[in-house]
Amino acid sequence: MLRLYGKILKTGVLTERLPRAPKDQAVDKAGEKLKAIIDRRFSGSLAIRQVDAGSCNACELEIHALNNVYYDIERFGVHFVASPRHADILLVTGPVSRHMEAALKIAYEATADPKWVVALGDCAACGGEFGVSYASSGAVANVIPVDAVIPGCPPTPFDLLRGLLSLLAK
Amino acid sequence: MRVNAEASTEFRSLLAARGIEARPVGPEPLPPAATLEVGSPDWGRCAQTAQEENWRWAGAFAEDEGAALAVSACLEKQGAYLVLRTRVAAEQPELPSHAPHYWAADRAERHIQDLFGIRFTDHPDPRRWVRHQAWDEKTHPLRKNFPAAGSPPETTPPDSSYPFFKAQGPSVYEIPVGPIHAGIIEPGHFRFQAIGETVLHLEERLGYVHKGIEKIAEGRDPASLARLAGRVSGDTTVGHAWAACLAMERAAALEIPPRAAYLRGLLAERERAINHLWDLGALCNDVGFAFGYYQFGRLRELWLRENLAWFGHRLLMDRIVPGGVAVDVSPDVAKRMRESTVVLRKELDELISIIDANSSLEDRFLAAGVLAPETAAALGALGFVGRASGQTFDVRKDAPYPPYERLNVRVALESQGDVSSRFWVRYKELRAALRLIEQMLADLPAGESAVPWRMPEPHAEGFAAVEGWRGEILCFVRFDADNRIARYWPRDPSAVNWPALEKLVLGNIVPDFPVCNKSVNGSYSGHDL
Repeated sequence: MLRLYGKILKTGVLTERLPRAPKDQAVDKAGEKLKAIIDRRFSGSLAIRQVDAGSCNACELEIHALNNVYYDIERFGVHFVASPRHADILLVTGPVSRHMEAALKIAYEATADPKWVVALGDCAACGGEFGVSYASSGAVANVIPVDAVIPGCPPTPFDLLRGLLSLLAK
Repeated sequence: MRVNAEASTEFRSLLAARGIEARPVGPEPLPPAATLEVGSPDWGRCAQTAQEENWRWAGAFAEDEGAALAVSACLEKQGAYLVLRTRVAAEQPELPSHAPHYWAADRAERHIQDLFGIRFTDHPDPRRWVRHQAWDEKTHPLRKNFPAAGSPPETTPPDSSYPFFKAQGPSVYEIPVGPIHAGIIEPGHFRFQAIGETVLHLEERLGYVHKGIEKIAEGRDPASLARLAGRVSGDTTVGHAWAACLAMERAAALEIPPRAAYLRGLLAERERAINHLWDLGALCNDVGFAFGYYQFGRLRELWLRENLAWFGHRLLMDRIVPGGVAVDVSPDVAKRMRESTVVLRKELDELISIIDANSSLEDRFLAAGVLAPETAAALGALGFVGRASGQTFDVRKDAPYPPYERLNVRVALESQGDVSSRFWVRYKELRAALRLIEQMLADLPAGESAVPWRMPEPHAEGFAAVEGWRGEILCFVRFDADNRIARYWPRDPSAVNWPALEKLVLGNIVPDFPVCNKSVNGSYSGHDL
């Protein structure tokens, strides 16, 4: 047990300061819009329900990374919740597979208003490598209304942070 | 490794002794695998013979040839790969099933049934599998006359009429879970039958993230197929891209330079190390041991950052390309990568002594989710799931491909088959990956990291098996006349391993399901395609 506490002390705090994002990027434009709504409607505390609607799982890996000690997204008041009933944001990844269409719509309906849908990753943004087919409905916006898009294949945790928080960190 | 041709000849004579004629295909279309053609009425008895002779059933795929549908089944024994092939008429196709002889054939044949419309006559469970409600049972997306766009309904309804297994009796109750789970996880459905806290039965229902990968691969050029393969399962982008490129290169009889093979090996072992770090941390997290989650997560993040700095992508997507790799390792990067393995090994030494001494962790891991070695063998369980239950198979060791035939691959093994064994096999594999990285850096050949693509002969086909971080990945490709893909079939190890979870969770308590599930960590996307 002593060794465990020793390791914790030796590791120390690794959480990094959030670098200030450059102003002219599309990501930041999305973030600005996001921030305005978050401040107005959610009092600075943001609950996210993540829905994988057909992703290859790469986006999920990078969302998970947001919770590691380097990014520690919870320090900004952002937390991931299990129920859409508790969520302010639906963070949707993947092209929407047709087999997930109904479940995504149910999750959307179950999320209390006001709510915000963020399409995360190239597939969610525009269909990505998979596009529209007999099995895929393509972009999230083809299935439910989307308020913001964070592109990338997958977006890095830093892209995600900027997309979600750039203006919260001002 | 046994010579494939020798194993094939031996199997052919065993079939002949049972009155089954099998014809070798010449020239061998899928080297180094051997191919035998058999008549469709004998298809089931071929599987029976193979099962009696201890061949492992590894996967099956079909192809639409117009008037006929070709079905191929991949078998493996002591590192020799054998592809059995038969043909059935495209009109009302019927074929004896391999599922009565091989558990692993169950879902694989239902996948073919749903996508090609082949009826497997004596299949013990012919329910739909990958098909939900996006297309009906009379249409078959992988037939050539089915357009990739399909004709899906305006809104695809949920698959609410799927006939799940029911358990009845006093105090038996049912727990439906998913497709959307209570975390940042891929979607799928689990149907539990439980008594009190004890799991009486578990049935998996997958196919939710079926994206038509096999269909949308058709018509792509090699570079585009490599990109798609890199997105079959996001955590195995290196593994699937390697398998697809190796299969395409074999179809085109293209040799990649030795340096390219070593660089692929480095990328693959880094992918293995990073995923094992993540799983070790996640297993700790699933039993509430946050210390392990943060420490392993920290080490994983450092390696992801190195990937970004050295190779331009945290997960290494699109770094493996047809003909070689799109990146190189400079002497400076080689030096830093070597230093990084030394640092990681030291960190692991320290962490593992803390974890090993933690009795609460031991209490949750030991004897949870036991997959008995005989069950693992019957299934043909792969990767760390198989190796935690005494199954030694590892493509890198048993059927090595460059660069592994020049490396000393140590295969991690445990035999208890519980969550603890799967934790420790991952840990040992992580250590072995570090040794392999050091070996490859020490022997890194000079030369080119890629060669230009060479157009394959019309209708050329290629087969590859590589050891991804989850285990054996199989891949089959066939080209059209014009350097375009006519058929792409990736087989993620998850497709084999998923049924293991249904068995190993039996008798455990429902609250232990998350850690049991994580200990197997099947890919949904890699399974559903």
